[in-house]
Amino acid sequence: MAYEINGESIEHDEEGYLSDINQWTPELAGLLAKDEGIEMTDEHWEVINFLREYYEEYQIAPAIRVLVKALKKKFGPEKGSNKYLYELFPYGPAKQACKVGGLPKPTGCI
Amino acid sequence: MEEEWDEDGPEVVKRFMYVNRKAPYGTVYALEMLEKVLIAAAFEQDVHVVFMDDGVYQLKKEQETKGINMKNFSPTFRALEGYDVEKLYVEKESLEARGLTVDDLVVPVEVLSSQDLKALMDKQEVILTA
Repeated sequence: MAYEINGESIEHDEEGYLSDINQWTPELAGLLAKDEGIEMTDEHWEVINFLREYYEEYQIAPAIRVLVKALKKKFGPEKGSNKYLYELFPYGPAKQACKVGGLPKPTGCI
Repeated sequence: MEEEWDEDGPEVVKRFMYVNRKAPYGTVYALEMLEKVLIAAAFEQDVHVVFMDDGVYQLKKEQETKGINMKNFSPTFRALEGYDVEKLYVEKESLEARGLTVDDLVVPVEVLSSQDLKALMDKQEVILTA
């Protein structure tokens, strides 16, 4: 299974998560977001970029609770809330944002 | 994932202890154990993580895994604090036998003698070893 973008094939798993996170590009994120029915805004990018930085540092995608806490610390209580994240990513912020950001599914997502 | 309930908190909290006794690479035990710890943390359980025997090598700084084509997952131990997993213990005898000190480790830990570790184990409700 693969995404096709600019004549390139990007492998993904059965749930749509990239097989190799290094193949991610912002352009691919646009395509993935569209698949998820999401119109990317600056607020979406803020979360995606934050997740990618988190992954870079800790080598995992954070569970939602951990993501909320970390966002709160960096951007304040308005953006560090479940409600805010669900508005941006209605079908599960951790899952959808990680997918769009090219990260693996968060551990602890059962 | 059950993403809604975390504002209410978990219904049942148990004392879980995860005992790591194997080196980080060569087998999948260490990585799988870490995943188990993260899952227990996601359920907001009272998580204790122990490193003893070759398990202490899991926390060793400056792991270089390119040569064995494995992902270096030691940075993930530094994420545990964000998961509210702060009860990390290293067995003193294991650390000393390998010529290591707490300064060689990627995260702050509490060093316990074998005796004290036994006492801590006695207090747990669930113990998983790998």
